[in-house]
Amino acid sequence: MPGKLKAKIVAGRHLPVMDRASDLTDAFVEVKFGNTTFKTDVYPKSLNPQWNSEWFKFEVDDEDLQDEPLQITVLDHDTYSANDAIGKVYIDIDPLLSSEAATVISGWFPIYDTIHGIRGEINVLVKVDLFNDLNRFRQSSCGVKFFCTTSIPRCYRAALVHGFVEELVVNEDPEYQWIDRIRTPRASNEARQRLISLMSGELQRKIGLKVLEMGGNAVVGYLQCFDLEGESGLVVRAIGTACTLDKLIPGSEIKESPLAHGCRSSHNSPVHSACSSQRLSHSQNFSVSVPTLVFTGMGSGISVGKEAGPLKTLLRQQAQSALEQREFPFFTLTCFPPGFLVHIGGVVSARSVKLLDRIHNPDEPETRDAWWEEIRQEIKSHAKALGCHAVVGYSESTTICEEVCILSASGTAAMLNPRFMREGSVCVYSRFDDASPPSCGFCHIPYDEFNMPFPAQLTYCYHCRRQKVPDVLFTTIDLPAEAAVTGKGCLIQARLCRTKKKAQGEVNATAISNLLPFMEYELHTQLMNKLKLRCMNALFGLRIQISVGENMLLGLASATGVYLSALPAPGGIQIAGKTPSDLSYDQHISTMQKRINDTIAMNKELYNIHPPECIEEVVGSPIPDRQRSRLFRSTSESSDELSELDLSHGKKDAFVLEVCYALLRCLSIYLSLSPGFYSCNTEVMPGIYNWTSGLQMFTSVRVYRLNNANLTNQGLNKIFTDLCENLLKSLYFKLRSMIPCCLCHLNFTVAVPEEELIQVRRHTPKNTSPILFIFPINILVKIKLCVFVCFPGSGENEEQLQFSMELCGESTSSNNQPTAKPSVSSVDYGSFADRCSTWLELLRLKAHTIRRGSVKTTSSSERCSPLPEVRSRSLRSTRSLPCGAPVTVVKMTPLSFLPRTRIVKYLGIINMFFIRETTSLREEGGVSGFLHSFIAEVFAMVRAHVAALGGNAVVSYSMKECVFMENPNKNQAQCLINVSGDAVIFVRESDQEAIPPLITCGQTSTTGADGTT
Amino acid sequence: MSVELDVFVVNTTIMDEEVYQLWLDGYTVNDAVKVRMEGGVLEGCEASAEVLHSDTMDQYRTFQMCERLLHSPVKLANQLLFQIPPHRQVMLIERYYAFDSVFVREVLGKKLSKGTKKDLDDVSAKTGVTLKSCRRQFDNFKRVFKVVEELKGPLVENIRQHFLLSDKLARDYAAIVFFANNRFETGKKKLHYLTFQDFAFCAGQLISNWTVGALGDYNMVEDMDVDLEKEFLQDLKELKILITDRDLLDQHKSLVCTALRGKTKAFNEMEANFKNLSRGLVNIAAKLTNTKEVRDFFIDLVEKFIEPCRSDKWTAGDMRLYLTHYTNSAHVLDTFKHQVVWDRYMGVIKSCILKMYHD
Repeated sequence: MPGKLKAKIVAGRHLPVMDRASDLTDAFVEVKFGNTTFKTDVYPKSLNPQWNSEWFKFEVDDEDLQDEPLQITVLDHDTYSANDAIGKVYIDIDPLLSSEAATVISGWFPIYDTIHGIRGEINVLVKVDLFNDLNRFRQSSCGVKFFCTTSIPRCYRAALVHGFVEELVVNEDPEYQWIDRIRTPRASNEARQRLISLMSGELQRKIGLKVLEMGGNAVVGYLQCFDLEGESGLVVRAIGTACTLDKLIPGSEIKESPLAHGCRSSHNSPVHSACSSQRLSHSQNFSVSVPTLVFTGMGSGISVGKEAGPLKTLLRQQAQSALEQREFPFFTLTCFPPGFLVHIGGVVSARSVKLLDRIHNPDEPETRDAWWEEIRQEIKSHAKALGCHAVVGYSESTTICEEVCILSASGTAAMLNPRFMREGSVCVYSRFDDASPPSCGFCHIPYDEFNMPFPAQLTYCYHCRRQKVPDVLFTTIDLPAEAAVTGKGCLIQARLCRTKKKAQGEVNATAISNLLPFMEYELHTQLMNKLKLRCMNALFGLRIQISVGENMLLGLASATGVYLSALPAPGGIQIAGKTPSDLSYDQHISTMQKRINDTIAMNKELYNIHPPECIEEVVGSPIPDRQRSRLFRSTSESSDELSELDLSHGKKDAFVLEVCYALLRCLSIYLSLSPGFYSCNTEVMPGIYNWTSGLQMFTSVRVYRLNNANLTNQGLNKIFTDLCENLLKSLYFKLRSMIPCCLCHLNFTVAVPEEELIQVRRHTPKNTSPILFIFPINILVKIKLCVFVCFPGSGENEEQLQFSMELCGESTSSNNQPTAKPSVSSVDYGSFADRCSTWLELLRLKAHTIRRGSVKTTSSSERCSPLPEVRSRSLRSTRSLPCGAPVTVVKMTPLSFLPRTRIVKYLGIINMFFIRETTSLREEGGVSGFLHSFIAEVFAMVRAHVAALGGNAVVSYSMKECVFMENPNKNQAQCLINVSGDAVIFVRESDQEAIPPLITCGQTSTTGADGTT
Repeated sequence: MSVELDVFVVNTTIMDEEVYQLWLDGYTVNDAVKVRMEGGVLEGCEASAEVLHSDTMDQYRTFQMCERLLHSPVKLANQLLFQIPPHRQVMLIERYYAFDSVFVREVLGKKLSKGTKKDLDDVSAKTGVTLKSCRRQFDNFKRVFKVVEELKGPLVENIRQHFLLSDKLARDYAAIVFFANNRFETGKKKLHYLTFQDFAFCAGQLISNWTVGALGDYNMVEDMDVDLEKEFLQDLKELKILITDRDLLDQHKSLVCTALRGKTKAFNEMEANFKNLSRGLVNIAAKLTNTKEVRDFFIDLVEKFIEPCRSDKWTAGDMRLYLTHYTNSAHVLDTFKHQVVWDRYMGVIKSCILKMYHD
């Protein structure tokens, strides 16, 4: 009997009127845990009952403690008929099981009903007495801490990073059980909520066991997802990174990561040593790789630093051996302790289209396990092909449309420092000082220069001048703290729609998998072009989401573009006409070209990108360029000689037009962006360091209904792009009072709800296909910044240009003469198209489980010019909200930190799942009113739980799932929301404004100590 | 393509005060968008009317969800649904309970009943305040009335505590409740020149001087501040001696005239009218035991006192002078024994008349 759970029901308030006659309620409470139920007395005739119950005690196994939620039901007593339920509160007691987290849960919880929403509040006290468990074969894993944060939590130190942990559990979905035909919607929703709560508890416990087995004590970057597979069941899966964390004692000599203050010390360095020779770059660092990749034999000394060659090789070998013991050397972290990342290879991703099997056995999750296993293997091999032994910033996702399911995984191939993975390694931070890596180190290529896995243009690092860097670097991680950037970053998005025929089963799966490589390619091209248009050379936080609908596929890639000082300046973009004979047409092209060049120039101004114009220096490449490109071609898979193919045939035509169209869109839109607004999808905006603590988190959801049944790809693309742009514009407008501000961690999610909604019982089919946009978790951090001048954006007629312009298909030969201005580059489609086709053949061979190809993106960068200073005229805003309201103010943020505050304690993970249903949609203000109040309610419940744990903020908050279904004819709607995050206590940094960016260790710790007291 | 669903929810609720006002004023979403466009909110923003519409919708929805809480403002502070900074809460409440003086002037002193509510469309047409806004204001009056009706203790304080209103607004509501409870007639043509603030001031005077609560003793009776003190009204009958006793009346007149002589241009009129005016005031006092007469209190003041003075072209200074001496002289009358009641009565009458004596 290893645990005793105690609960006390104190009082209720604002209860709904349950008895019309008296306008009052006779409320009592049922407290249930596992199979034990207690009841309070009935508190008659009151809307604010004071139960003040005894302590209800449950003696339970700690296994149950981890799996089960405490279930509190508030009812209205009725002498003659059945008691009416007012609502429920589920309390996850997991935070109480770890000694370092919360010790008591006490506070007001909203009483939630799946039909009526929040109906009053209840004050509850919960405690747990744990006995020591001596059983070595225990099934529980109490005490393992979970963090959603994808970096080492702020008040901990990573003693050891063990690596990847994953688990999944499956069950039947209660919504599809036969019993659902006879029970009420409320009962069905509650069964579902409870089941998912149980499953996540079980999942967490199982992962905890794995962590204990590995010798760790925490899971960082815990990512849990639900797959609502409909009739085939319900899958709850999770991945994370097992770590051994040591708690930092505030005030001790250990310095906190400077990031905690939202400012980066590297920035202040006034030196910029390097001189960049801007050069023409053209590359297509994109390949759809066939899953059979040769292990390229890492190292071979090429990319290893000259300064410490042998040592690094040694490190590398150690890392390799340390990592090879693991099945998957994956890390869900996106932010790392200094020195952890050695090199970055590029983005690796894999997708696989699966058909969900109809027969489902909940006790055998092997099928799903095998699917993921397969994908992870592929990721692993891609990483190897990039000469990397690990994958960081790793994440997995699915999209389901009827029985077709696309599993996706992506991450960033990287070389890691092994000392974090070895047993007995000492304090990370103390080591950091002596073994400080050069800030450009992570940009250096990890792969063999002569045996590159994809075409890329290498140059010597613009910072250290010693090692090779690629021309463009794509990653899924956050910008490393030590990285030197020039100017500011910005959000870059690629959007794409593809129609497909309606089909069933295998045919459908094949159709989808045939479309996927094209989509990925095109998204990539768009990203590349937009990146160049902004004169940037690296993408961080890249997240590509592909969603399937009945008759279309949507692709949305978001990332934060930056100019890494270590990488070469990006080239420009050149467009060329298809039929050069027409004179006016030529003229058109030249105006177009001018516009593009102007845009690039303006963007440079806008993002403050002024790379040092330096002494022209011929980059010495060991092999002449031409030859080198041949070299790589021969190593890559197939008929690359055809890469010079012209673009003007077949399908490719279409995308040239579209790429061009997309370009035009950005031309017209980005010029007119509201001044004072910045957006990025990473944790912090590169190039902005002066954050204020003014913080606002928002969720925005939009659903569009497409009326036109037979839309073309192009039409859809335009609509899709417009939608995204409008959403952004709308956000800017709504938040205009916070200018200057930055939208950080902007996370777009797209979905195409099925035409026939799954739940036939409650929802009838629709005639048209709506697109559902879910944009959960967005955050707005107000920053102090100088306001930029608005750019004179000339709004030209787009339609006219749309069809007359094309991107040049032929590649102009790469001109490697360094020029002062960013020069022109063109896009090479040929090689890709080829690879696509070979790859497609391969696809056809496979029957219905088709592995998706991966996108690999290169590279690395180097610091050269830390931008002398951000021109910040520090518009001081002292907008602190007066506290002291009776309700604790709880901040919510998708960031892992709160600017200008210090997190002093992590109280445990918040992982909640809610269902809301209505049968009076119109009365609740239509779909918008319904969802608006539901989201507000979810926020309220999250805040209440955090406050009850004693916290005042949720960090790394995310809305993982938001599934919305409606049937306006029946006046019904249903919505499911899953949210997660870490409950924390933060303290404001001492009120002295303007803490200098370079704060000494001593100072930090003193202020910290002051803050805690 | 049509937008089917469009929501924007923030953790710390954002509210645009301008949109809030439009919502309170009963504008429809489309009208509000128009007003905002004309107001130039889009200037400097790269936003279309669509964006504005969506923003307005979001805000309207938020306000609608908040409205339930605003009905009992104390709940707003400890509800969990919206995280609203305290100063915003204050703003929300204050604006929600604010009212249009043209509107309140129409319903002041009327019974806050369903019947009156049905007539609100006429009021709306007459005042130009939208029907929706009229209803909100009317419901606010009614809600406050219902809550404080049952409560013991000082009226203004009760309102302030239960509705978290500012002192000024709480006083206005006290006046409205007081008027509604006593059903003072305010709608007669002769009273049209009086503003709500005039009445509110008078109500304040009446509440703080003529009710049971005015004595500072709240433990005895129920609804103290809402009703005039019965005993006091009874005592007022005794004042009749001032006009029924001829000697006393003459004595009073000569005292007042002596004091006023040479101090005002209107002396002659004052002297000539003294008996009439004095009769008017004392008769008002004597009749107040009758509930019907209480209703006519203001109309009586105007007819019996203010109008005659106005036709004699008294200035406000004359009025003050006259009333001061009129009140004080009564103390010197040795046969007049009701000094306390007299002071309590005249104190209020004086300040009310001074407030009401304007064009």
